[in-house]
Amino acid sequence: MLAFLLKRTANAAFVMLAVALLAFLIFRSFGDPVEMMVNEQATQEDRAELRERLGLNDGFFTQYVRFVTNAVQGDFGISYRNQQDVMVLIAERLPATFELVLVATVISLVVGIPLGVVTAVHRDSRLADALQLTSIVGVSLPSFVVGILLILAFSVTLGWLPAFGRGETVDIGWWSTGLLTPSGRAALVLPAVSLSTFQITLVMRLVRAEMLETLRTDYVKFARARGVPRGRVHWVHALRNCLMPVITLTGMQIGNLIAFALVTETVFQWPGMGLLFIQAVTFVDIPVMAAYLMLVSFIFVVLNTIVDVTYAWVDPRLRDDTAKAGGSNG
Amino acid sequence: MKLRHFLLITAASSALALPVQAQNILDWGANRDIGSLDPYSFGDSFTINVLNHVYEGLVRYDRDLGIEPALATSWEILDDQVTWRFTLREGVTFHNGNTFTAEDVQASLERVSHETSPLKGNLPAYVSSEVVDDYTIDITLNGTYPLLLNDLTNIHIFDREWLVENNAELPTDIGAGVEGYATYNANGTGPFVVESRQPEAQTVFMVNPDWWDDPQHNLDGFVLRPVTSPATRVAALLSGEIDFTNDAPVQDLPRLEASPDVNVLEGVDLRTVMIGFPFRDTLASGEPNPFADIRVREAMYKAIDLDLIHERIMRGKSRIAGAVVAPPIPGYSEDLDTVPAYDLEGAKALLAEAGVPEGLSFEFNCLSDGLVNEEQFCQAIASMWSRLGLEPQLDVAPRAVQSPKRTGGNTDVYTLGWATLPMLDSYSPLIQIFHSKEGNSGVFNWGDWSYPELDALVQAAGSELDLDTRLQLQNEAMQIIKDNHIMIPLHQQPMAWAVTDAVSDMPLFPDNKPRLWFARMGGDG
Repeated sequence: MLAFLLKRTANAAFVMLAVALLAFLIFRSFGDPVEMMVNEQATQEDRAELRERLGLNDGFFTQYVRFVTNAVQGDFGISYRNQQDVMVLIAERLPATFELVLVATVISLVVGIPLGVVTAVHRDSRLADALQLTSIVGVSLPSFVVGILLILAFSVTLGWLPAFGRGETVDIGWWSTGLLTPSGRAALVLPAVSLSTFQITLVMRLVRAEMLETLRTDYVKFARARGVPRGRVHWVHALRNCLMPVITLTGMQIGNLIAFALVTETVFQWPGMGLLFIQAVTFVDIPVMAAYLMLVSFIFVVLNTIVDVTYAWVDPRLRDDTAKAGGSNG
Repeated sequence: MKLRHFLLITAASSALALPVQAQNILDWGANRDIGSLDPYSFGDSFTINVLNHVYEGLVRYDRDLGIEPALATSWEILDDQVTWRFTLREGVTFHNGNTFTAEDVQASLERVSHETSPLKGNLPAYVSSEVVDDYTIDITLNGTYPLLLNDLTNIHIFDREWLVENNAELPTDIGAGVEGYATYNANGTGPFVVESRQPEAQTVFMVNPDWWDDPQHNLDGFVLRPVTSPATRVAALLSGEIDFTNDAPVQDLPRLEASPDVNVLEGVDLRTVMIGFPFRDTLASGEPNPFADIRVREAMYKAIDLDLIHERIMRGKSRIAGAVVAPPIPGYSEDLDTVPAYDLEGAKALLAEAGVPEGLSFEFNCLSDGLVNEEQFCQAIASMWSRLGLEPQLDVAPRAVQSPKRTGGNTDVYTLGWATLPMLDSYSPLIQIFHSKEGNSGVFNWGDWSYPELDALVQAAGSELDLDTRLQLQNEAMQIIKDNHIMIPLHQQPMAWAVTDAVSDMPLFPDNKPRLWFARMGGDG
């Protein structure tokens, strides 16, 4: 098991290095940050001097090594645009994105699971067909369109919910939360719903497929034969067996949601990490872009590694292979 | 139980910390956030504009963009012609209660012109300063220089003691990787005080009751709330969540105008949109460059249907320009502001006369995040030039990508918008764009042209202290630009702000900078 763990960790580290390298390759085509930093009256000399001070004249490899060396020590530098420590900037935005993703996940489960059960149990009914059709719309509509439509309906026409921002927040230590104030909760509704539309459909379709499978199994038939009420069979006995893949999927999707949140955050001016990243791209703020990409890939890598390790722990066959391979080598 | 109790207390205390519910709080939905609370941290005119509500300069622009005294009450040029003596206003205090004196001015000038300051270009002539007494300061320049006052409108004055206490006398230097106290905190003399700031969410400015000037505004404060997405900004204005935006998207103006609660303020920006040509020996492709021939440039000019661009692409809201500066800019004259008639046949004849080969291919460099409808008018112009028998290769990309190509001479024909900011004088484009590229001059001379006669006029103007003589020199220089079609002016671009009914007065400035110390809200509070 230890060998397996080490191997997974080494893999993860390698992926992170590769991401950093790719990110650095991409930055080179983003353009020149110095042109964005100085004002119209700066002379050519000033520009050249600033470029030198930022180390932008160094070779690609030197810049990459410097970045990785600093990043390993948790130092991502100072944002060109905000002149603030990048880690502080990201830590300030992290709670907003995290709360948004969390609430969107809860919504997707609370709405998606019952819908999945209903469409499986009543398949071929008109209601199920209608839900299936709607779910296709949910998958196909880009999330910025959903966001704008929600704003038009609930902010402009009805005036119930704010169109943008995070409302009032309360600081608990370094964590700022919008969940404790009425305006914070109101501001969370539209972005979270907009972010969860895709996820709802995903959960619903997964639950439906699993339910259809489970409903055919013998234990469900026997339960019915024993006279257990239909509702109890469906919602307790059958559903429980469908939840494992849903939980795995939800865990894995958190990385995706953080990535998708970028669009939602832009539409709703949600002060999270995605918005920070978009601004950084516009201003060629390389330290912020690099740190964001590293953080998001870190989240992906950690989630994947945890899933792999858990599977190996649950299913010894997976690690046996590795152990044997390791044994034959040694 | 305990945790819940703790949360309630935290919630309650944060509620107490909120600004007192006042009557006239203006919600300003901007298209982006300010980068920092330090006006010297980044060469960014929007940040300086917003922070001008907190920090002030020695002089400032009035409602008609004329220069008037602010922290200085009077000034004179001493006999040596290079030293300016400023008499400072007495009885001014900073937001922290400190008294404003000449030492503060000196510390601020040193800070902005320090070698690591990204803003030192805003005060190009500064050499040193000397405190004469508490309310008199001498500023020495590197020569006779007529535009010091224009430059000083944008040099914000800090409190020296505050800078020293917080170790912020030097501007922040990203190269060295240090953060600055002034990035997070502000202490000016201006009409508003920064109450709180959450980056990308909101920055709250409350009125400064001890401001030295009689306020023309009736605000109790304003909140700067960036809303990046144009559709969301329009929605927020329609739903009344914001009272004002300084960037109403052109495509949504009819919708905003149709709303009974929203007023659209439209005007013409000072920014003149121009097209520039390369004067180098070869094009970026290595082929011989025909654009140094004046007949070719004239042909390209005549082949552009300015009216069509004005009506279709700018929706009739731009102002067709013949001069390289807009009418409100000193140095402008109507004689310069004429445009040739659209004449495709004449243009073709000129090209033939110049011996330009059929199907000449060249790069046409435009920005996707630059001027108003830039992508569209570039496409239109490219197709107009195609009708001439040329083959422009349109290259549209964000500013960050295009700038290195432009400054490095790796492209051919390009667009450029120039508003003469922050100087507000026709000297600005003359020295920055049209002067030959040498030393600190001609930084934006991307085409590498050189007209010694023009340079001589610009240099003479740059050290001429008499206003009329100086403007005459600048006018002659602009005549040379016009006669030689060095660059082709297209138009001044439209600008649009929008306010809700809650705002009763919001003066629209042609430099596109909101000055909320002139704003008034409906409910008299």
